[in-house]
Formats: sequence, C-alpha cells, structure tokens
Amino acid sequence: MEYERRKDTVIARVTGELDHCSAPAVRRELDRLIGDPSVRRLVLDLSGMTFMDSSGIGVILGRYREMRARGGRVAVRSMNPHVEKIFFLSGMNQVIDII
Amino acid sequence: MEPINQMKLEFVSVPENEGFARVAVSAFAVQLNPTLDVLADIKTAVSEAVTNAIVHGYGERKGTVTVSAALRPDGVLEISVHDRGRGIDDIPRAMQPFFTTQPEKERSGMGFSVMQTFMDDVQVESAPGEGTTVRMKKRLRGN
Repeated sequence: MEYERRKDTVIARVTGELDHCSAPAVRRELDRLIGDPSVRRLVLDLSGMTFMDSSGIGVILGRYREMRARGGRVAVRSMNPHVEKIFFLSGMNQVIDII
Repeated sequence: MEPINQMKLEFVSVPENEGFARVAVSAFAVQLNPTLDVLADIKTAVSEAVTNAIVHGYGERKGTVTVSAALRPDGVLEISVHDRGRGIDDIPRAMQPFFTTQPEKERSGMGFSVMQTFMDDVQVESAPGEGTTVRMKKRLRGN
C-alpha cells in the first residue's frame, strides 16, 4: 500500500478490491501505518479502489474507532460513485470527513 | 416464467471465491447490456450474499456454495445463493441494518441492507441446521 506522512497525517492509498477476502491484509497495513501514536489524522485515498462491499465499511469504521480513541480523525478522498454509494448507505459520512 | 438463459456455479466456501462468484455473475448478466452502474450493483449484492454463506453459513468449516442465475424474457435477472450451513435463527433480526453476530471481527452488519438497496427484490429462506438460500432479482432492461 502506498502512503505518505505529512506531520501528524498519514495519507494511505487503498487500491484494488476491498472485500471480506482482502480486508484482513488492508486492516493490518492500515493499523501498521497508524501504529505511531503521533498520527492524528488518517486520510484514505480511494482513487484506485475498484470494488468495495460491506466488508470495507467494517475496515474503515474500525480505523475510525481507533483514531477517535486517540482524539484523531479519519477522512476519505476520491471515491468512485460505487464506493460512494456504499459509503453513504452505511452512514459513514456522518463520522468520516470527505475531502 | 421460462428463462432464456441460466447458469449454475458450485464452489468451496473460501474467501478467494467471493471475487470469482461476483465476476462470474456479472459476466453472465452482460449479455443483456446493463449499464456499468447496474453491473456494479449486481457484483456487490452477490459479494454480500456469498460472503454471508462463507462467513455465517459455514464459519470455520468448509462447505459448498451454489450460485445460480437466470435471465428471464422480461429482462429480469434472478440470482440464488445457497449454502447448506448452519442457517439463520431469526431472519428479520439478521436483516436489520448493523446487526452482526461478529462485531469483534469488524463485521459491519450491512450485508443484507446492501443487497436490499442494490437489488429490486431480496428474499431469504433459512432454517437452523439446514442452510440458507438468498434469492435476488434485478431488472436489466424493459419495464
């Protein structure tokens, strides 16, 4: 997974398909990236994501809970219309910033 | 209504087959020239139903998941996802948004909500110990 660190922000580029099969690996990688407690903001760049189902909701909300516990935030950017549909259906837009 | 075409897949209940199943059904549906948005809806709904069969139907053990699809002359795609796993005790409860039996595994509990949102009709038949069948319909063309 490509990522970039800017001060207290990690920008992670999640690519390909995010389903129940790929979720454990994506979860592990994101947890590694936010493992440093000085990270206060996680930005998920979804421009390269080609498919997501409700397993992706679990992965994103799980990272949201982790970041919220340390007073941090999660944001997403560059969702395709399909991913956006899942995003709004789950209500994630109420707790996760869209930038 | 007699289908104009139909298909049936059987595969082992491993997560690697989730992608296989949704792509196969999507490829089958292409013959009626649906939009990319409709294909994405179908792929997502199939992915949810197959994941449920693998995760909740069979859990740690392996079993067979059967996916059938039929194209009706009126332009409706019918999909069935069947497992012979543990079944669902309380179907209305299982279909409630955000209901999950596995919150510790970060399951969102949105699988049935996604199926109901993305398909025109979703019916669930299940009995404890006998497995589950999810039947879905999506209109691909016509009215």
